[in-house]
Amino acid sequence: MDLVIEWGQVHALLGENGAGKTTLMNVVYGLVRADNGEIIYDGSPATIHGPTDAIRLGIGMVHQHFMLIPPLTVAENIILGHETVGPVSTVDVAKARKQVSALATRYQLEVDPAARVANLSVGMQQRVEILKTLYRGARLLIMDEPTAVLTPQEAQGLFEILRGLAKEGKAIIFITHKLGEVIDIADRITVMRHGKVVATTTPGESSPADLARLMVGRPVMLQVNKQPARPGKAVMQLQHLVVEDERRQTAVNGVDLEVRSGEIVGIAGVEGNGQNELVEALVGLRQPRAGTILLNGRDVTRTSARTFISLGVGHIPADRHRMGIVLEHSIADNLVLATYDRPPFASGIVRQLGAVLSYAKKLVKAFDIRAKSPAQPVASLSGGNQQKVVAARELGRNPKVLIASQPTRGLDVGSIEFIHKQIVTQRDAGLGVLLVSSELDEVLSLADRVAVMYRGQIVGVLEGKDAERERIGLMMAGAA
Amino acid sequence: MNEATPLTLAALGGVVSERSGVVNIALEGMMLMSAFTGYVVAFQTHNLWLGVLAGVLTGVLIASLHAALSISLMVDQIVSGFVINILALGITGVFFKGFLQEASVAGPGVLPTWQIPLLSKIPVIGPILFIHQPITYAMLLAIVLIQFLLFYTVWGLRTRAVGEHPLAADTVGINVYAVRYVAVILSGGLAGLGGAYFSLQQIGQFLPNMTGGRGFIALAAMIFGKWKPLGAFYACLLFAGAEALSGRIQITGVHIPFQFLGMLPYLLTIIVVAGAMGRAVAPAADGKPYRKA
Repeated sequence: MDLVIEWGQVHALLGENGAGKTTLMNVVYGLVRADNGEIIYDGSPATIHGPTDAIRLGIGMVHQHFMLIPPLTVAENIILGHETVGPVSTVDVAKARKQVSALATRYQLEVDPAARVANLSVGMQQRVEILKTLYRGARLLIMDEPTAVLTPQEAQGLFEILRGLAKEGKAIIFITHKLGEVIDIADRITVMRHGKVVATTTPGESSPADLARLMVGRPVMLQVNKQPARPGKAVMQLQHLVVEDERRQTAVNGVDLEVRSGEIVGIAGVEGNGQNELVEALVGLRQPRAGTILLNGRDVTRTSARTFISLGVGHIPADRHRMGIVLEHSIADNLVLATYDRPPFASGIVRQLGAVLSYAKKLVKAFDIRAKSPAQPVASLSGGNQQKVVAARELGRNPKVLIASQPTRGLDVGSIEFIHKQIVTQRDAGLGVLLVSSELDEVLSLADRVAVMYRGQIVGVLEGKDAERERIGLMMAGAA
Repeated sequence: MNEATPLTLAALGGVVSERSGVVNIALEGMMLMSAFTGYVVAFQTHNLWLGVLAGVLTGVLIASLHAALSISLMVDQIVSGFVINILALGITGVFFKGFLQEASVAGPGVLPTWQIPLLSKIPVIGPILFIHQPITYAMLLAIVLIQFLLFYTVWGLRTRAVGEHPLAADTVGINVYAVRYVAVILSGGLAGLGGAYFSLQQIGQFLPNMTGGRGFIALAAMIFGKWKPLGAFYACLLFAGAEALSGRIQITGVHIPFQFLGMLPYLLTIIVVAGAMGRAVAPAADGKPYRKA
């Protein structure tokens, strides 16, 4: 593949998950070796065997998962590897802090050099990452999915920073799969699909719909097609729920919420504001410290996950590998993971493998799981199809309420479309859905009501039609 | 202070190694092997100092083995450490039975006690701090040195970074493998010196399994001391105090079976570690092999 980046521009690299964007940039940064081809930098061929070479050439990378060391201070993180050295090889902390402050002022990226990274917000940590590359004299900045962890406002702030850097003559490669921000920030756009460049264009020349088509290779519906909800009576009610995390800190702090049948309630919020703990409490995996969970009016607060399952709670967990599927087991076994021990899949202590297999065949077909046979291990499927297995299992047993946490994370557009359609169809058939997602677009396009979560509390509930991005964004940051 | 010497040296070794992300339960085996080779060399050359040197080198050598297994070959660090411990117990046991048991009539003696002029005359703290044998002085120096190295130097910053988030260190051009090798080998040197204490400073003899699990007590002290050199030293003083106490009680002839008294330091270790675990936070990448993409 070929790609030309020019100085003083923000160049967006757009593509679906697995299109090869990150791999390509890891080659440029020296973390992965290219099998073939060459990199021309500043007019001459560059050999990049490792990050050290890349740094020397003036290439800096801000990784999707930050490369910061939480217990160390901001200054220590920034100078690591290029330390300011005092006598007998000591680290000159005072000098480091002064340099960091100077750099921060110059680029208007204020941050306290003495603060511990562990205590910083995600947005601030990203600043530290950018400063880290600037400290090393980076002229080409690679940003890998930088807005994935930011609120819309923080993302706007980042865009301003990036525009400022571009104006200074630096080149910025902006990796993303979000169409909206590409139009916002990029001077040029390169679209990748299956490891190849399919188009290079500019925001003026292409609409989001064009870009989506290029990305996926076929026309895509950007909006979820759905009728207004016709909610029935409440299926799940939370009353002043308080849940603690592993370290016994309060993660969910007094949540009142109701999910009615036939509606999708979305929970928006920046990751780490108590959503995971809330979800685990709602499926019976985590005992709340206080408050009540009612299922169809019945108090199930101190029961087990098994009770939740038998009362019709479906769960699509955020991390399918850790909680959703048993990778080594077959598709069929995974599809009956919640119901394997009851008729028709078992009689007494004996499993009825025939019934399991025919049920699996039915679901594989209904959910369009691309597999040769239901007996093959789930590990052999693509990520999108693995997630379809989870969705098929949970929706296939006709739950009353579905708790879906990041149901489309890391999936390609086609699979996202499919899973969204399934959720909406089931809603129309009377299912109550609680959708937790850090992708605001997903919440906005699916949910009939949006609850915003910030620091363990629901800071506001908006009806789908008057849920505007800006307002939700402010709430996500705790500002409204 | 005497009982605390080998504990502290081993605990310092543990701190250095684990700060770089390599769990080192082989401290026990390193000490035992070093006690053995130190004694053999001293016995053969009639030079105690060469014995100490041999002890340190033995620690370094075994640590290199641990490093190669756990860093380059990515063997589980606990398994690698365990293998080394068993190996040390076996080898020293066999050679002891084969050669030393009869030959140990006239040993090479023990290291001399050095009294620091003037300072040792200070009341109370003079005798505590300034009348010791050489390895104890070395231990005190090592505490200060390691504390300084870990928290004030470039080497220390990089070592701690590698122990917390090796991939992050790699992306800023730090050689994760090199940092870990250095840390584990230094750890072995410290444990080796601690091993030499048993045979050359304490009794002037080698006995099978003479380290008696102190490598593990040192690990407990390291955890209790929150992976900090000074903290580990204080914890070692506590455990050494328990050991000394159980010895004293036995001498006074109280009617408690000596087996129970001997249990005291180990029991204390279990209680303390059970209490400290969970609250003390280990380096984030401790025990995890680093695989380059």
